[in-house]
Amino acid sequence: MTDTLLEVRRLKKYFKTPNGLLHAVDDVSFSIPRGTTLGVVGESGCGKSTLGRLILHLLDLTDGSIIFDGRDITNLSKQEQKDIRQYMQMIFQDPYSSINPRMTIGEIIGEPLIIYGKCKNVAERAEKVNSLMETVGIAQRLINAYPHELDGGRRQRVGIARALALNPKFVVCDEPVSALDVSIRAQILNLMQDLQEKLGLTYIFITHDLSVVKHISDEIVVMYLGKIVEKCESKELFSTQYHPYTKALLSAIPRPKIGGRKGRIILKGEISSPINPEEKCRFFPRCVYVKEKCGQNQPELREVSRGHFVACHYHEEINGVAKGD
Amino acid sequence: MDEPILSVRNLTVHYIKEDSTVRAVNGLSFDLANKETLGLVGETGAGKTTTALSIMRLIPNPPGKIIEGEILFKGEDVLRYNKHRLLRMRGRDISMIFQDPMTSLNPVLKVGDQIAEVIHIHKKLSNKEANIEAMKMLEVVGISSDRFNDYPHQFSGGMKQRVVIAISLACNPKILIADEPTTALDVTIQAQVLEMMGALKKNFDTSMILISHDLGVIAEVCNRVGIMYAGNIVEIGNLEDIYVNGFHPYTKGLFGSIPDLDSDTERLKPIEGLMPDPAHLPPGCPFYPRCPERLPECKTKLPGAVELSPGHLIRCVHAKKN
Repeated sequence: MTDTLLEVRRLKKYFKTPNGLLHAVDDVSFSIPRGTTLGVVGESGCGKSTLGRLILHLLDLTDGSIIFDGRDITNLSKQEQKDIRQYMQMIFQDPYSSINPRMTIGEIIGEPLIIYGKCKNVAERAEKVNSLMETVGIAQRLINAYPHELDGGRRQRVGIARALALNPKFVVCDEPVSALDVSIRAQILNLMQDLQEKLGLTYIFITHDLSVVKHISDEIVVMYLGKIVEKCESKELFSTQYHPYTKALLSAIPRPKIGGRKGRIILKGEISSPINPEEKCRFFPRCVYVKEKCGQNQPELREVSRGHFVACHYHEEINGVAKGD
Repeated sequence: MDEPILSVRNLTVHYIKEDSTVRAVNGLSFDLANKETLGLVGETGAGKTTTALSIMRLIPNPPGKIIEGEILFKGEDVLRYNKHRLLRMRGRDISMIFQDPMTSLNPVLKVGDQIAEVIHIHKKLSNKEANIEAMKMLEVVGISSDRFNDYPHQFSGGMKQRVVIAISLACNPKILIADEPTTALDVTIQAQVLEMMGALKKNFDTSMILISHDLGVIAEVCNRVGIMYAGNIVEIGNLEDIYVNGFHPYTKGLFGSIPDLDSDTERLKPIEGLMPDPAHLPPGCPFYPRCPERLPECKTKLPGAVELSPGHLIRCVHAKKN
């Protein structure tokens, strides 16, 4: 038995636009065992950030349910939302705009402690802030510094410390390293892995960068236009992909070695509009294997081997062919 | 080898501010051979973009100032060009693609007119002829010429970058400088654009300088690679020199920091510490504070470039000629 921390069932989020309904997240289900990391991968506009925000109730969902730690948290009052958020926190993409430029580092990290009344007095709070800064590797002397005095990597550490201030069980990380340089990125990724081990955290790691998720996730879902197209264990995804989009996505990553990329698939065209999508496979206009059924109905996510789910009508056929070439 | 088409010698660029001087580029030298693609790799603040802007003579002055050096284009020093000659150079001899396609196009002009403008100026064609040429360029970059009268907001990011590429290649420049041309794009779109750029470069016989922080993109497109750190090239060589026989501790550190898709690394090996502040560069080797292989002498002595094998130059005390 795996101990599930978060489960999401048939989650939907439609935004109203002047041209119709924008299907940002469309019928997404998954669950995350405690202490593991789920990687959510996809390109711009696939709904990955919306998904993260829905789970934290930063957006109201259209349909579906969210079960956190055995409790249905789909419909909560404002007060209940506030209560539950101390267990679920978020690390944002942009360390420049996600922390208040007019607060000092100590104030930023201490703010959640004040809001939730976690500390009896100032001394206790200062102690807690100090230990948080130590945990994420920020020098004590920076406690009275302002964000503009710090570089991107350190700011992101402040964002992480703030997220950890209330001892959450679950953290949504929305592209936490995308704005950072490679050498700093590696430092932050290692820090996040250490923290997960030490504090038993559960992560959703949202990113467009497949090489980052491989490194940090236990399981990965690949999204395309609001739908999950493939879901499986992290290691398996990189050895066996069934969905044509996943194949193309993986082959499109430039490898840092000579002649690193072989048998590259170049997709035609661009992502289609998520507004009022038709009842057919979302990947239909760009797929190289397209057949008649693809234009008729949407493929369901099916389990094709143990723990490996794919939403494609023709995956058996495609993979029979693909292995040969 | 023939005479290089572009030769940068001892380039030094500072940004002079009231209370400090930012030493962005410090004595940088490299050659670009004809029809070659040179990649410049480095992190934020390494001086990549400043180098590119210096070649185009687009450094904002003040606060930027080219302190010394030479930039020889076909033997002529670009730094000595007058205003008139510079206008002829930009877009015709050397052109540039900027990082962000969203902001490098004029939002209130039709894309076709923006392409035709360059052709009209440099090729001295009538507006009508320039428009026909511009339509051809649109087709070359894979956009239907029906979209001549569309505005930039009607295009996606990848399409806008194609338009920018069409503008930069419209007058068949000798050198194309591409500053992070695909960084703002999704990977599948990036793959499309990179493939197209490779093909165009061949057809147009252009030499190219590709600036990127992504070692994967560089490996795919370039013949030669320069690794930049704190305003200088710390290691330069062909793909094999860098990707297989990388010597400089920073080069090795960079490769250790990227997750490898094809093997199972459990943990990354980041470079410790941070990039030095270019306003307060340490006196010796700028990489000294972060270097795992540092020696006491590195703190005060800035090593010169040593040629380890033909074309493979390194700035590090450990590099010694055999």
